[in-house]
Amino acid sequence: MKATHVYTPYRPKWYRKRVSTWWWTQQWRSFKFILRELSSVAVGYCGAILLVLLWSLTQGPEAYATFQSWLKTPLFIVMSLIAFGFVLYHSITWFNLAPKAMPVRVGGKRLPEWMVAAPNYGAWIAISAVVVWFLLGGK
Amino acid sequence: MAKRSNEPFLWSLFSSGGMIAALMFPVLLFLFGLAFPLGWLEAPSYERLLSLVRYWPVRLVLFGLCSLPLFHGAHRFRFTLYDGLQIKHLNELIAVFCYGSAIAGTVLAAYILWNIP
Repeated sequence: MKATHVYTPYRPKWYRKRVSTWWWTQQWRSFKFILRELSSVAVGYCGAILLVLLWSLTQGPEAYATFQSWLKTPLFIVMSLIAFGFVLYHSITWFNLAPKAMPVRVGGKRLPEWMVAAPNYGAWIAISAVVVWFLLGGK
Repeated sequence: MAKRSNEPFLWSLFSSGGMIAALMFPVLLFLFGLAFPLGWLEAPSYERLLSLVRYWPVRLVLFGLCSLPLFHGAHRFRFTLYDGLQIKHLNELIAVFCYGSAIAGTVLAAYILWNIP
């Protein structure tokens, strides 16, 4: 035994059961959670499409036409369809999260969740209408 | 003193990007990804789009639209790999890749929007 006392932090090795990589397939709740998190891929896809669209606008009408013909290929149609489902899912889960993240109290009482989420949906509809009007309206 | 984390800063980018993506991406993807290519609606002409993006307020919105959701997606994707697939030993590499792509996208967006003819 050593004569002097040496302090060693006690680090027990906890018994932890190894969690399977596929843990989220066991329950519908966790599967939905991973689906929601995977919407990030669709968000990235949207961002990339937007960047290419803007880039094509700086390059002239031919580049814009090429961009449009790309998006007409079956591969892009399928990817856009899947990504559209995911971004819709992102929007809905995001808007429904607001009342949980920021409970609003009026006169000491908590407002029902739908009343906090409703303005989000209102803004969603209004902004979508403005985007459509900017792109297509007033011809 | 505890080491300051840059998590709150990344989270503010995450949440604002999530909001912008939630509000504007569905309609944009529906139009450009489905309705225009499939001929449900007539796509706006090159001239029309160009005259739209020439307005500075529109460019500012487009910059936010290109940049912030990328940070949102990067943050979320990073933790999807971390929690979902449990790739914990590559944490740093994944973080650099995710936020790096978002930064690259932001720089690209700024460059493109600045150079619109």
